[in-house]
Amino acid sequence: MTVTSKSAVPVFYVAEEHDHPEGVSTPLGFWIYLMSDCLIFAVLFAVFGVLGGSYAAGPAPKDLFDLKLVALNTTMLLLSSITYGFSVLTMEKGRAGATQLWLAVTALFGAAFIGIELHEFAHMIGEGATPQRSAFLSSFFTLVGTHGLHVTFGLVWMVTLMVQVARHGLIEANKRRLMCLSMFWHFLDVVWIGVFTFVYLMGVLR
Amino acid sequence: MSARKAVQGDGLIHVPSGEVHATLKGYLIGFGLSVVLTAVPFWLVMNGAIESKPVTAFVIMAFAAVQIVVHMVFFLHMSPKSENGWTILALIFTLVIVFITLSGSLWVMYHLNINMMPGHNMSGM
Repeated sequence: MTVTSKSAVPVFYVAEEHDHPEGVSTPLGFWIYLMSDCLIFAVLFAVFGVLGGSYAAGPAPKDLFDLKLVALNTTMLLLSSITYGFSVLTMEKGRAGATQLWLAVTALFGAAFIGIELHEFAHMIGEGATPQRSAFLSSFFTLVGTHGLHVTFGLVWMVTLMVQVARHGLIEANKRRLMCLSMFWHFLDVVWIGVFTFVYLMGVLR
Repeated sequence: MSARKAVQGDGLIHVPSGEVHATLKGYLIGFGLSVVLTAVPFWLVMNGAIESKPVTAFVIMAFAAVQIVVHMVFFLHMSPKSENGWTILALIFTLVIVFITLSGSLWVMYHLNINMMPGHNMSGM
């Protein structure tokens, strides 16, 4: 029996890292990022839960919130969710033009959401309901503002991907990026469910 | 490729997960459900359809919980199978932490508020 010098020394570890196809772990990694983002929102919700009733003799949710406007805003975000879905469907069929068109529609709905939110904030601040007014308003602006900031960065990302798809087409890397933004966008919609329920509807009920 | 298969046979590499593919039907069902699940709570609060406020609050929280599940399933395509179960595991872990954060903060701060009321007289101590 011949023993080669190579197999004479037993190896108890994987000498070379096994093959990782490119980008195969990206969706899971991005999901874990979203979970960490979820913790940020959990903390902000907890702060709002604790301070949401501390008006410091200032305006209360009932005086400030216009539920019709919030309903309109929620509609914008919901519509942007379904149009992003259409974008993903056309992406899977390899239709780059249609993907970009749906991305543009999604971005418009997202921009409408941000526009309405900024209008609401401006109106509140104009009435003296600034973040400095009471603990309720501080926690309100922090929670809702953080969500709005996320949506804004989602819009920046969306425009970036539209440029990427225009330049390179629906290559694997772009598909992966579009799926990550899909997760991000739908996740923000999930957070918004918490916001309109706990901040706006429960606030007006109080 | 053959080398990779051999490694897979040893169980050292995770088999690429079965991708959950989005369908038009899934998106439309999810959208329809979320429209209803959003509209009903708004209607309940704006029209005061239920007299009792605590009951209304409970109902809209239940609607929110159902809607979050709907979004998770139909929009985020969550399933116990995606990524070999790692996403759902991360989600469950996060939900536990979120629950502890929310309930713990509310519980502790509520009692702190009660015990530090301005009217609370400490002269008996």
